[in-house]
Amino acid sequence: MTETKRPRMSRASRKAVIARLAKYYARYKFSVLAALILMIGSNLFALLGPYLSGAAIDAIDLKTGVDFAAVAKYCVLMAIFYVVSSIFSYILSVLMIRLSQKIVRSMRQDVFEKILSLPVGALDRLQAGDLINRISYDIDTVNASLSNDILQAATGIVTIVGTLVGMALTSLPLLGVFIVTVPISVFIAIKRSKAVRPLFRKRSQKLAELNGFSEEMLSGLKTIRAYGREEEIMNKFRVKNEEAANAYYDADYLGSLIGPSVNFVNNLGTVLISTGGVFFYLFNLISIGDISAFLLYARKFSGPVNEYANILGEIQSALAAAERVFRLLDGESERPDAPDAVELKETEGRLRFENVDFSYDGETPVIENLSFAAELGQVVAIVGPTGAGKTTLVNLMMRFYDPQGGRIELDGTDIQKYTRKSLRAAFTMVLQDTWLFEGTIFENIAYGRENATAEEVERAAESAHIADYIRSLPEGYKTRITDGGGNLSKGQKQLMTIARAMLSPAKILILDEATSNVDTRTEILIRDAMNALMRGRTSFIIAHRLTTVRNADLILVVKDGKIVERGKHAELLEKGGFYAEIYAAQFQ
Amino acid sequence: MKRVFSYLASYKARIAFGLFLKAVGTFAELLLPLIMAYMIDDVAPTENALALGLWGGAMLLCALAALFGNVAANRMASRVARDTTTRLRNDLFSKILSLSARQTDEVTLPSLVSRLSSDTYNVHNMIGMMQRLGIRAPILLVGGVALTFTVDAVLALVLLVTVPLLTVIVVLVSKKGIGLYTRLQRSVDGMVRKVRDDYTGIRVIKALSKTEYENETFRAINDEVVASETKAGITMGVTNPLMNAVLNLGMAAVIFVGAYRVSAGRVKVGDIIAFTSYFTIILNAVISVSRIFVNFSKGGASAKRIGAILEMPKDLEPLPEETGRGAENAAEEEKDDAFIRFEDVSFSYDGAPALTNVSFSLKKGESLGVIGATGSGKSTLVSLLLRFYDADAGKITIDGRDVRAYGEELRDKFGVVFQSDFLMAASVKENIDFERGLSDEQIVRAAEYAKADGFIRAHEGYEGMLTARGANFSGGQKQRLLIARALAASPEILILDDSSSALDYKTDAQLRKALLENLPDTTIVMIAQRISSVKFADKILVLDGGKVAGLGSDEELMRSCEVYRRIYASQHEGGESHDGN
Repeated sequence: MTETKRPRMSRASRKAVIARLAKYYARYKFSVLAALILMIGSNLFALLGPYLSGAAIDAIDLKTGVDFAAVAKYCVLMAIFYVVSSIFSYILSVLMIRLSQKIVRSMRQDVFEKILSLPVGALDRLQAGDLINRISYDIDTVNASLSNDILQAATGIVTIVGTLVGMALTSLPLLGVFIVTVPISVFIAIKRSKAVRPLFRKRSQKLAELNGFSEEMLSGLKTIRAYGREEEIMNKFRVKNEEAANAYYDADYLGSLIGPSVNFVNNLGTVLISTGGVFFYLFNLISIGDISAFLLYARKFSGPVNEYANILGEIQSALAAAERVFRLLDGESERPDAPDAVELKETEGRLRFENVDFSYDGETPVIENLSFAAELGQVVAIVGPTGAGKTTLVNLMMRFYDPQGGRIELDGTDIQKYTRKSLRAAFTMVLQDTWLFEGTIFENIAYGRENATAEEVERAAESAHIADYIRSLPEGYKTRITDGGGNLSKGQKQLMTIARAMLSPAKILILDEATSNVDTRTEILIRDAMNALMRGRTSFIIAHRLTTVRNADLILVVKDGKIVERGKHAELLEKGGFYAEIYAAQFQ
Repeated sequence: MKRVFSYLASYKARIAFGLFLKAVGTFAELLLPLIMAYMIDDVAPTENALALGLWGGAMLLCALAALFGNVAANRMASRVARDTTTRLRNDLFSKILSLSARQTDEVTLPSLVSRLSSDTYNVHNMIGMMQRLGIRAPILLVGGVALTFTVDAVLALVLLVTVPLLTVIVVLVSKKGIGLYTRLQRSVDGMVRKVRDDYTGIRVIKALSKTEYENETFRAINDEVVASETKAGITMGVTNPLMNAVLNLGMAAVIFVGAYRVSAGRVKVGDIIAFTSYFTIILNAVISVSRIFVNFSKGGASAKRIGAILEMPKDLEPLPEETGRGAENAAEEEKDDAFIRFEDVSFSYDGAPALTNVSFSLKKGESLGVIGATGSGKSTLVSLLLRFYDADAGKITIDGRDVRAYGEELRDKFGVVFQSDFLMAASVKENIDFERGLSDEQIVRAAEYAKADGFIRAHEGYEGMLTARGANFSGGQKQRLLIARALAASPEILILDDSSSALDYKTDAQLRKALLENLPDTTIVMIAQRISSVKFADKILVLDGGKVAGLGSDEELMRSCEVYRRIYASQHEGGESHDGN
């Protein structure tokens, strides 16, 4: 997903970006249509204004004196039309804001859902800051440009066509003089915007890099402070900041040329018309009145042309941002469920690994030819040194990854034949990396089961021996857990995730170092609850504290991705192998 | 907001010059129609081709002046915007790094992230646009109004009546706008928080099949952002049509009054026509002004948020030297060789007591094990020692000096591993070095001591990359990388906060052995769950509910400390009952 790999966007992909943006608008075609009608209406009313003021002035300029009644009538009409026009234009802007916000809303939702549907491996390679950048800044940029620019572009066309017709009717020879400037403006605008395009892309990319960096560093704030590395990190930030600011400036620098250049060509047009016009007048080809009328048209014509030149830059930056959004949306999602995938409704909890091979990078094998089976109600313990692939087993069972060889069966069916959602619903787990989200304690515990009642949540907290602590908090279960919340220790967080797992009705339980952060006394206190949790479920326990696995029905000793020993605790001790060795180590 | 604008002050000269160029360009453009009118009215009738050519040339010059003036001014504006934003962002980031833990908790990380990214971006836009349009619109506005006075003062005054009305509209709306955009940015904070949260918890979310639930939660946050933005947009959107309507009503009034003036022979009809054309200029300027105000409100709200951080008072400043020296004297009086000393230290987070009257002392090179139940205040102890927070009562000294009297040199003494510590998307080497410029030798040695060298080499070596948050390493490997980082600079004090929980017993034991053998002079504070991990320590501190339940060696505690015995029993129960089998 690195941005640098594709520094240039091909014409085809640019078209594709535009087509996809158009699709978002197409969803709201009625709003778009209503906006167009309002826009024309508002413009027509505004055009009536000058006509009425002309009529009022005519009523003043009578040989017979001022017709006050007529003046008053036209002035009142004028006032009414302007007010109506303003109301129209306000309704129009409200409509456009709502429309563009709808589009932003659905784009943002798409991006968020995409993030959640990425395979975990792919997500690990992305930075949180980059994702935040796409979901906020990039989408905002697309929106800010498109909601204004499209409207402006559409209004402009009406004016351009109208003035051209007006000019042709006034004086064809002058139009001949004036028209030479048009291709020049168009040429400048196109050429410049082409040159600016890669700069805008670079600008988005550098800004994303900066934001990615700062998000990452802020998440390590505590460590940076502890090591007193503020200055060094600051220096790195300074470099990235400068790069981002310069990329922004470079795009601006070249972009700032477009507007004034096109404006210049327009002014050139004025010069040509006045000089040429007066020459034509000298040769009696045109009247003074026609020159002045033609000039008015030319002025009007330059308005939208200028506007186009100004919005070209914005559109370039919007396209660059849209491209980044779409690239994320096009990223590989988890492999879709097989077309014949079935919903796993009720499981018997029979899980079987059969000659499973797996490697994260396709080169270094992590799991090799692994086979074992577990029945409902059984407790399978997976032990072994760190980095031996224990957590990988969990990744495979839950289909965070699929194995390269062999198969994994649940109730005798390959797990790839189930829909992912229903398969995962059969599992509940407590991981060593406790995860609580920003929300109340209640919400965090209730996360394990939809519509959990207060009573159920409290009972789970009670079993996990965290209820006393929660009650001691001033706000109890309504206490909000925040990222910086220094008042919650990791062990307490882990107890909450255990309570969360206790609420879950799932049949297969995974405990991956589930109590590694809980002190041993509390661990003993919750042991009964843990045993109750395992009852009627197939349980997998990953642990180094071997005291917790003594009663397992099956202990798998994993080393370097292979099962080196298997059996019950007593058997393995008797065998005097690797297990006995690590078991003894903990009492040294 | 003032705070942010003060950044512009140092670019006064450049801004002034840029605005001057812009003014020149704008005036040159305004001259074009005047010359044109002159050519048509006065030059054409003389039929002088040379004069005609000359005036044509003058127009061309004006057009060129407009081109260069505008381009140069725009570039100048971009440069000022770039330089201001760069400095502002640097200062903000630097300020964030210097905030105290309590201040960070208060603002929250997601909010800091969004202030650093989206708010600085808004300010950047605002500064650029204010310079580009900020002078052109006023010139056109003032110029247009001035021109109306040359026509007829009474009519001009009629038009001028609308000015206070317009001012009221602008002031009211932009005041409201800043509030609304502040709310919008706050809801953006919520969005940032959600993305960060779910990014970290993706495995749990998927495991619990909560994807749809999360999508729904996001939808609510998304809706809030959209609602805030819509409301802000709709409110700001009032300005343009409203100002348009007011001005045009004023114009209608001018014509109406004009009729009486003409009837009274005070003005000519032609004057009213001239009036209408100047009026067009004014109207266009007003439209620009209303655009500026939208941008200003948005940027202003962001500037306020940034300013709020920049203006946060310095927290945890070193104590003035006097008090520091006083403390030193006091220490000298006692004259003992304690290196780390806690004296009756109490601390609470927002009223919830975390530590109460904790006292202990430790000699240089000694080791302290800290053990206790979940939530007993173990990590708080570390936070206080590192002065992330100041104790509410009592005193902490290192080397006889109050930690509050130390400046930056305090943290140079430490090597620390926190619970769930931070690894960055960078190479293994960079993660261990952590910007300290250590030699390769130091890094490899630290990795060896931390029992990390083996898997680092088996992986991709020291240049091998970690993905964000070290996700491509296992829990135990991550912990060992962090320990290597803590050891690498041979710190005076090494703090390991439950940082071997993911290690198996064997590796854990080897690690401890390596620490004791290779770092004899280092004072070690080790927090752990397992007695086996702290048993080696010279002193073990047993915490229970934030109070000291025991302090002494393993042997002493087994004799005297009930809590310690219970912990011991809980950990050895397995072994004993096995023996009984």
